[in-house]
Amino acid sequence: MNAYDRINLLIDGDFTEIGSDILPGDPLGWVDKKTYPVKLAGDREKSGVSEGIVCGIGSIDGFQIALGVMDFHFRGGTMGTVVGERVTLLLEEARKRKIPCIIVTASGGARMEEGMFALMQMAKTTAAVARFKDDGKFFITVLTDPTTGGVSASFAFESDVIIAEPKAMVGFAGRRVIEQTIRQKLPDQFQTAEFLLERGQIDMVVDRHDLKTTLVRLLQYAADGQARAGQAR
Amino acid sequence: MNGGNVIVERERGLLEVERRISDLRDANINQPVDFSAEIAALEQKYESLQRELFGSLTPWEKVNMARHPSRPTSLDFISQLDRFDELHGDREFRDDPAIVAGFALLRGRAVMAIGQQRGRDTKENLRRNFGMVTPEGYRKVRRLAHTASRLGLPIITFIDTKGADPGISSEEHAQSEAIAMCLYEFTEARVPIVASIIGEGGSGGALALGIADYVIMLEHAVYSVASAEGCAAILWGDASKAEEAASRLKLTSADLQQFGIIDEIVAEPLGGAHRDAVTVVANVLGAVSTTVERLARLSPQELQEARYRKYRRIGAWQKERQGDIGPPGR
Repeated sequence: MNAYDRINLLIDGDFTEIGSDILPGDPLGWVDKKTYPVKLAGDREKSGVSEGIVCGIGSIDGFQIALGVMDFHFRGGTMGTVVGERVTLLLEEARKRKIPCIIVTASGGARMEEGMFALMQMAKTTAAVARFKDDGKFFITVLTDPTTGGVSASFAFESDVIIAEPKAMVGFAGRRVIEQTIRQKLPDQFQTAEFLLERGQIDMVVDRHDLKTTLVRLLQYAADGQARAGQAR
Repeated sequence: MNGGNVIVERERGLLEVERRISDLRDANINQPVDFSAEIAALEQKYESLQRELFGSLTPWEKVNMARHPSRPTSLDFISQLDRFDELHGDREFRDDPAIVAGFALLRGRAVMAIGQQRGRDTKENLRRNFGMVTPEGYRKVRRLAHTASRLGLPIITFIDTKGADPGISSEEHAQSEAIAMCLYEFTEARVPIVASIIGEGGSGGALALGIADYVIMLEHAVYSVASAEGCAAILWGDASKAEEAASRLKLTSADLQQFGIIDEIVAEPLGGAHRDAVTVVANVLGAVSTTVERLARLSPQELQEARYRKYRRIGAWQKERQGDIGPPGR
């Protein structure tokens, strides 16, 4: 399932992409076994998406929303400057249109090949979330397997409602890093969506098949609140 | 992984020469023979050795310099403020000793000082978790940043961590959320924020104290998307390739200033900040104070707007040109 499959699953049919013309540069001139641009070309071919997230405006059961869907097939869904820029553009557009924003995450964290430029996207996306939420708008994130590092420690956990898919691995440090640090094996349940729900870190665990109806129900609450606030004025 | 610290190892030969000079000086006073010529020769040797060893450091050597056990820590900076009253705890679970924070006077101005604190010896390192902050520590930071913002006190931070704590309990207590909400609080703060990277700035755990209107960095400090070992493990499944990762990550102060990610570099003496910590600490605090005074003239709205624009700009993407969908170049 790539980002477009997920978008088709959620959106009524209309979807106008935002930031699809924003493509990666190579700020560090990164080379290991391959150059970074060669790696990116491979990812593009393999994944069928132009970067780690697809963003746009569409309708979900009649509600106009700003939707971003990350794609783990592209460089492990890592956040480089394109993901950061597209997320920021999405939130700015949602703020301008006064509509809710939903982001479906899947990410191994910050993208190494863009170094500090990648880390700074945590700051940039956070600033965009803060502006969006300050305007009283509704932000939902849906965490899918896996969501870790620079993405979990920024916009993924800054939303009003956090949904995760069953068994999705969600955490800051990756499982391997923790096991190496503590020198013991972790229980299977550790860092799963169910584990996070029990510990109060997320709002709900929702199966993919029920995701659209759940999102619509949530959007109805926010829409009702805003409509009544409008009447009160 | 890496055995010892390459800088510490390198200092051994230097310390031997230093000891011989000091012995000869004592002998010169206590004995009738004149050792002045020998002393001068040794001093010359010492200086050329020092230039040879530390005159130009590779990125990996800088990583080791940033981790040097004698390098000044956050408390070495904070203790030189005019006054400091430490505040404790996240109000929920515990007090994290890897974060030292509280009210302080910086050249007479009330500020909130917040730093990551590693230990200066093994015992303190165990207590302070080697400067790796837990969610409780980040929640303390967030709480005090919020207080500072409400009271109109500028926030000054000192960054020195290999990264956020990667333990079981930290995951159980929502490390991601704790860091994310720290970033959020700093983004929204209505007061000037000046961050100083004094040692190792590792990953999101460092950035949690790093969103600032102005970022100062010590010459040999490093700041990177992941530790060199972490990057090597993530990309190549081999943490022992840390030296190679360090050279690729562009984590030095000079690189980051060129990228516009930091604003000012404070020089270190030959051999590193620990060779003359008093001067280095004074220079950093001087730069912090000058900047705070300059930023304090801006209104909360102006500060927030400028901060938004500053981070909004950081990127390295390019716009697609019509019909050009090949691999992007530089």
